[in-house]
Amino acid sequence: MVRSLTQTAALIGRARREYAGLADKVGTVGLWLLIGLLLLVGVIATRQNLATGIIVGSVYALGALGITLIFGILKFAHFAHGDMMMFGAYVALAAFVGGGKIGPLSFGWGMIFAIFVSMAALGAGSIAIDRAVYRPLRRRRSGAVVLAIASLGIAIILRAIMLLWWGPDQKLYVAGIHPARQLPFDIRLKPDQLFIVATCLVLIALVYLLLFRTKMGKAMRAMSDNAELARVTGIDTEQVVMWTWIIGGALAAVAGVLLGIQSNLKPELGFTLLLPLFAGAILGGLGSPQGALVGAMIVGISQEVLVGIDLPFPPFGVPGYKPAVAFGILILILLVRPRGLFGKT
Amino acid sequence: MLRERLVTLLAVLAITTGIVGISANDSETLGGFISFLTVFVTTVAIFAVFALGLNVQWGYTGIFNFGIVGFFMVGAYTSALVTKEPSSNEFVRYVGGLNLAERLGPLNLEGLTGFVIGALAAAVVSGIVAFLVAIPTLRLREDYLAIATIGIAEVFRRIAIEEEGLVNGTRGLTGIPRPLHDLVSPPDYKYIYFGIAVVVLIIIFVAIERAARSPWGRVLKAIREDELATSASGKNIFAFRMQAFVLGAMIMGIGGAVYSANQGSIVPDTFTHFFGTFIIWAMLMVGGSGSNRGAILGAYVVWGFWTLTGLIQPHLPGALEARTSYIRDLLIGLLIVVVLLLRPNGLVGEERRVSLFAEEEDKRAATRVGAPAAGSAEE
Repeated sequence: MVRSLTQTAALIGRARREYAGLADKVGTVGLWLLIGLLLLVGVIATRQNLATGIIVGSVYALGALGITLIFGILKFAHFAHGDMMMFGAYVALAAFVGGGKIGPLSFGWGMIFAIFVSMAALGAGSIAIDRAVYRPLRRRRSGAVVLAIASLGIAIILRAIMLLWWGPDQKLYVAGIHPARQLPFDIRLKPDQLFIVATCLVLIALVYLLLFRTKMGKAMRAMSDNAELARVTGIDTEQVVMWTWIIGGALAAVAGVLLGIQSNLKPELGFTLLLPLFAGAILGGLGSPQGALVGAMIVGISQEVLVGIDLPFPPFGVPGYKPAVAFGILILILLVRPRGLFGKT
Repeated sequence: MLRERLVTLLAVLAITTGIVGISANDSETLGGFISFLTVFVTTVAIFAVFALGLNVQWGYTGIFNFGIVGFFMVGAYTSALVTKEPSSNEFVRYVGGLNLAERLGPLNLEGLTGFVIGALAAAVVSGIVAFLVAIPTLRLREDYLAIATIGIAEVFRRIAIEEEGLVNGTRGLTGIPRPLHDLVSPPDYKYIYFGIAVVVLIIIFVAIERAARSPWGRVLKAIREDELATSASGKNIFAFRMQAFVLGAMIMGIGGAVYSANQGSIVPDTFTHFFGTFIIWAMLMVGGSGSNRGAILGAYVVWGFWTLTGLIQPHLPGALEARTSYIRDLLIGLLIVVVLLLRPNGLVGEERRVSLFAEEEDKRAATRVGAPAAGSAEE
């Protein structure tokens, strides 16, 4: 009797484990189906919004990539990332001195120069902030939450400096109207927007090479997998941390500039960027670079496509509900598959 | 220990002398001076309510809420919609409007009953929202909840703006009933409300002080310190975390109700991340998380600091005057970082507390032997 009971219990246990695996698979398949459906709806109903979504999504991807790298290696949610992006956009504004036009773009080499200045400034600035704030906290073995609160403080400081320096008004890199061009499939885009996507692709390729083809990249991935083990094998973890900040900061700078080219610059944008960026990073699986790219792209596309479809209930047809779309994705993924599309169990 | 007390004392003294000194210098009459201080303390009391709510979540349980402003907003709008009269024309559209003043008649006690019902409704709705957000997020890493709370705050603001028939869109709600308003002339109302805000603060303070010393409070702290060990001793971690999160959110909802009745009108733009979330975090960090007294002291010091910099503003040269508000933002951010780096326990720090029973025993032992008990000597 007792034996049969234990046997039944074991059976139920095994069934539950197997069912858990099945539920996970169903969740995964369901999520990918949903994503496919979203793309299909975008292609059929609003190709224009789909195109805009890809542009916004590629900018988000750069931000989410930084968030996911910092999370993987430093193990905390970096809440200053949105403000860092906006700060990068403003640094580029300060370094941008005009300088002609490249082909059909609204700006010239001056902007390319400004982007590099901003990347360097934010890379260096991130290291400085790490040395001054995060490293002492790390040494004291403060928890992830304390580091996250510190990053909130940094976010407030960055925003205040932006306001002090540049004031609260919206700013543009190049004033004037930049007409969109007709492309195949009923899509109208500005040349600047194609520049945004191209820049993102180049940077993503560079980050891929760095992560998977260099020794530092290998060390970064090792530390992301298991920091203790990485330390024991002789990896200089402080150097890995430094490179993480350089990459995260530089990517945030470019993302901010590209966002500034796509719309405009305003200091308040920083904190509101956190929601889509983290939704993207979590959708892809926090800590996974590929995941951040895919997740951020999906968040960008969903925001644009869903508010572009005219249905009589929210969030459809109301541009103001873009944050709500990102929030919906976040909650959905946390309910169905908190480790994300590409995350490890 | 002595040095820490000294720093605390100095901070409080500096803020107090600064505010009293400058406002006394600036105000032309004694009445103006007193009125200024009354409004100041009322604002501190309202902020302190939020800081206490955050302390229940973060200080006691280690739950990470970055969207305080969301619960603040829910509370403020709920109490307004419950107590207000229904919308009477097509240009001012909102749901609800139970018109408690008319329904309750003499039972309304000059708006006091309506205010209490509004505050309770605010607490309930805010608690339900917290419950719903917590279901997918509370089991996961702390950071996920932080993101979700930021999200909920953002989404509520968008809903309030976009759904124009819900809470009158960007034009907001006006004419929110103010308790005991008809007793005195409008300029003197601030003294009445000062009393109401302080009473609400004291009730909440006493309630959560007791809760923290109860077995329930001890479990929360155990969870914060070591989740695994607590669950090994048979406590349902998720349930306790949920209770703490919901309780904290309810307190924040009440804070929203107290705020909206004080203002008499609210618009979606009132509820910024800065005043709704960041500054409250700064208050709790400065005061000392885990301590209710610290939360209140932090509200006093940070808001005092804020007010003080505002008072200095007109005395500054032109170029600096225009940008003072950003310098204040900067200082608030710096304050959070500096406190984390240099004084992680804040001004007050966490009190040693076991239970009401043990503290009674301690006292009794002390009087019996005529010497301080072992516990207080440790401090």
